[in-house]
Amino acid sequence: MSDLIKLVESEYAEVRGKYPKFKSGDTINVHVKIREGNKERVQQFRGTVIQRKNTNTNGETFTVRKISNGVGIERIFPILSPNIEKIELVRKGKVRRAKLYYLRGKQGKAARIKEKI
Amino acid sequence: MTSVFNEQGQNIPCTVIQAGPCVVTQIKTEDTDGYNSVQLGWGERKDKHTTKALKGHFKKSDTTPKRKLVEFRDFKELYDGEVSLGQSVTVSNVFSEGDFVDAIGVSKGKGYQGVVRRHNFRGVGDATHGQHNRERAPGSIGAASYPSRVFKGMKMAGRMGGERVKVLNLQVLKILEEQNLILVSGAVPGAKNSVIILEK
Repeated sequence: MSDLIKLVESEYAEVRGKYPKFKSGDTINVHVKIREGNKERVQQFRGTVIQRKNTNTNGETFTVRKISNGVGIERIFPILSPNIEKIELVRKGKVRRAKLYYLRGKQGKAARIKEKI
Repeated sequence: MTSVFNEQGQNIPCTVIQAGPCVVTQIKTEDTDGYNSVQLGWGERKDKHTTKALKGHFKKSDTTPKRKLVEFRDFKELYDGEVSLGQSVTVSNVFSEGDFVDAIGVSKGKGYQGVVRRHNFRGVGDATHGQHNRERAPGSIGAASYPSRVFKGMKMAGRMGGERVKVLNLQVLKILEEQNLILVSGAVPGAKNSVIILEK
């Protein structure tokens, strides 16, 4: 990546720094701002981080997966998005890969992740 | 390229451009040249790569040899303040955030390409039903004994890219004055580190 892009993106490092450190396997709670007409409210999305992509760039995203009413829901957030109010780290997971795509085929007991202590 | 978020929370793809500092190397007027324009120089050129003629040209404006020289008509109207020979022009002198600019550059060379990639042809016929080797073919390029030639300008395979391209209406998202950097929305023609011209 060229130095000029790095220079421009370095301004946004601050935004990234205000969230707790988390990686794939961790359970997090994302507070998302939602605009309904003129009203704005905050919704929480709690689940397991299954990947972080394009890390340390302005295009960085992370995917959070949760099971809602027996259906797997995945939501992708750009980490610099102004719609993210805050991120809470709920639980650290012990995993052996960076991308946890294998969770998609599993449910219940099989989809458990060991806690890192 | 990179991306930034705007106030509405939209993620806008953008290109970072080193736009200056430029130096005024020549001022053309109606009396001397028949038209009004201002020539700007950008980047450094090695002394050994500069011809004597160019050295003389740069000496007139009292600057070091520049890599690229571009002439702009109507420059004086856009520029706030007097324009004088040898003067340094920075980003903020000309552009401000929210402006719409055009970018001119030389597109990336694609080499020898067939008609499907070069002219968006669709190939001939099906992939199956007994057909073979026609999937990316150009098809007929003309009629028979009349006119018994191929018309000029017929779209065929050949060299693609490496030509002058102008992209219109890119919005200036951000200006970093100290570094003379400018962030414009979207992509600009050419490879990384190539030289482009920005017009307002």
